[in-house]
Amino acid sequence: MGHNYSSPLREPLVTGNKSYHDVTEDICKPTETKGTPMWWLVTGIAFFFVIIYIISVIATVWKGIGMWGLNKTVGWAWDITNFVWWVGIGHAGTLISAILLLFRQKWRTGVNRAAEAMTIFAVICAGQFPLIHMGRIWYGFFIFPYPNTRGGEGISSLWPNFNSPLLWDVFAISTYLTVSLLFWYSGLVPDFATIRDRAKGWRKKIYNVLAFGWQGKAKQWQRFESLSLVLAGLATPLVLSVHTIVSFDFATSVIPGWHTTIFPPYFVSGAIFSGFAMVLTLMLIVRKVLKLEDYITLAHIESMNKVIILTGSIVGIAYITELFVAWYSGNPYEQWAFLRNRIADPWIFGPLLGVEEGQHAPYWWAYWAMMTCNVISPQLFWIRKLRRSIAFTFFMSIVINIGMWFERFVIIVTSLHRDFLPSSWSYYSPTIVEVGIFTGTLGVFFFLFLLFAKFFPVVAIAEVKSILKTSGDQYVSDFKEKDEQFLEKVSKRELIFENGKSGGLVPNPTFKK
Amino acid sequence: MAKTFVVALYKDEEVLMKAVKHIKTAGVKITDALTPFPVHGLDEAIDVPETRLHTAGFLFGLLGFLTALTCMTLISTVDWPINYGGKPNFSLPAFIPITFEVTVLFASVGMVITYFLRNGLSIFNSTEVIDERITDDHFALLFDATEFTDEGMAKVNNILQESGAVEVNMRTMEKYKNLNR
Repeated sequence: MGHNYSSPLREPLVTGNKSYHDVTEDICKPTETKGTPMWWLVTGIAFFFVIIYIISVIATVWKGIGMWGLNKTVGWAWDITNFVWWVGIGHAGTLISAILLLFRQKWRTGVNRAAEAMTIFAVICAGQFPLIHMGRIWYGFFIFPYPNTRGGEGISSLWPNFNSPLLWDVFAISTYLTVSLLFWYSGLVPDFATIRDRAKGWRKKIYNVLAFGWQGKAKQWQRFESLSLVLAGLATPLVLSVHTIVSFDFATSVIPGWHTTIFPPYFVSGAIFSGFAMVLTLMLIVRKVLKLEDYITLAHIESMNKVIILTGSIVGIAYITELFVAWYSGNPYEQWAFLRNRIADPWIFGPLLGVEEGQHAPYWWAYWAMMTCNVISPQLFWIRKLRRSIAFTFFMSIVINIGMWFERFVIIVTSLHRDFLPSSWSYYSPTIVEVGIFTGTLGVFFFLFLLFAKFFPVVAIAEVKSILKTSGDQYVSDFKEKDEQFLEKVSKRELIFENGKSGGLVPNPTFKK
Repeated sequence: MAKTFVVALYKDEEVLMKAVKHIKTAGVKITDALTPFPVHGLDEAIDVPETRLHTAGFLFGLLGFLTALTCMTLISTVDWPINYGGKPNFSLPAFIPITFEVTVLFASVGMVITYFLRNGLSIFNSTEVIDERITDDHFALLFDATEFTDEGMAKVNNILQESGAVEVNMRTMEKYKNLNR
């Protein structure tokens, strides 16, 4: 079919000499066996945090926003930090499933299903925060524009403000959740059919409903591919628009530290950066626990780490650009916000930049946590050994997510806590209720993900099968991962294959005309 | 209406593609093909016309675009004009984000609904599975059995065996629906 051509330089994406049937077996198995004690334990812990979440939300709604540590200057803090953090994490899933589909990146197939699930759960967690912050959560539906009787006499309704970025957010987040859900589910349907056809008894009945009566007809697949492609084309600008609009929440204001034109690209790359870190955290656990090392290989992990280098570097450049522009603009408020509210630590940079003793930035620790985690640490992935080290990648994925949480905290709280009126300057710290809500959403996220990993096919079965002939290790036999000499020859274009063919790129031996 | 099919099963998509050519040159009409994953070029090979799903997507998107822009314009200029810092009531740049989001929302939701309807997919389906291995590792070609005489059937069987089929069965389907339109 002409598709079975693969560069000999490409690493296999499916190892273990798998046949189509093996793929089905391996990926369906976790859904067909009882949960392991480990699964029950971890799910139990996650559920414990779900309960903490429920209690904290009830406390907030019952008593009001006074349960949080907010004050006159810091009118939103952990809630909006967590909101932006969760939305950002969601972005990686869409990048993998949509943007990499348009770029025809085959390694997408091993991780797209779980990454999309992660997107949906992350956006669900994100959506909680603006809702809870409304205080009177039962009036939440007021944000949607629908004809109503709140406008008073006559025919006029009371409408939301279409010029407000907060309303744009409502549209962006709800559209994002809907489209991600549709994209994810339409991809799941053929795989549910695979499970349905293997199942017996009541499981067959449930998966029969979930599979929507999928049969795998040529016409169905033709429409399936058309749908995937168009949804990917729609989701690509959508995902870029979502964090752009989230950044407008800040960028359209006149607060020093927020009023920045580079926010949209800076937020989008930061979102993908943190999202990939979360995908790695989850996938490294999933591949081990569900024994999917043959489908989520080191090649996948390395590819994701490369995306982390790229987006992490963009984030680093954005931080430095922000500092440069603050200095170069000559705007004293902007300079104050960066030097005296963020950078000036008590010992090194504060004294060096002429900040008086005792006048250091109150949140310097948050700023430097962010700088260390996001600017310095991803650069370590330039080293190939570290990119391919599972333990190091896992450690870094957590460091990056801590760093990205601090980024949002720095942007939001340090910009707010000292406003234009020095008498109202204050220091914000969270209450136990806020901590409870945040750790609670982590619980909700992991709880949903664990349920997904137990009952849904974690890897896209049909998609992996469709790349097997081009990326299975039995078909990509020329690649020798550990052979340094081979790699050197590749880089010098002095390649001579065992089958006698020579030159840079030749069809692999299994290629048939 | 019940329909009887000759079902030829293959175990490899490359064999399947060659088989399709072989069968077509022998003059046997292929009714349908079922595969565990999308096989590129198969739809063309068995003469399935190109899908128009993307056109539906475009139309739904257009509808969303017009809905959002019209609603916001009418609300801001006619129904309840409000003075935001002296800015014009019809402020197109501020309407762009929501217009974009609603366009994407309408296009995707509309397209997915169309996709499910046209593909005959719904939770109320009681599925009639032709062969349970088709969603695993078998590729099936379907032939309308009513078109063959007994003699023709033997000939077709030979052609299918020649083409590399691992199994040839007869199967009666109660609710077969031809999607290849």
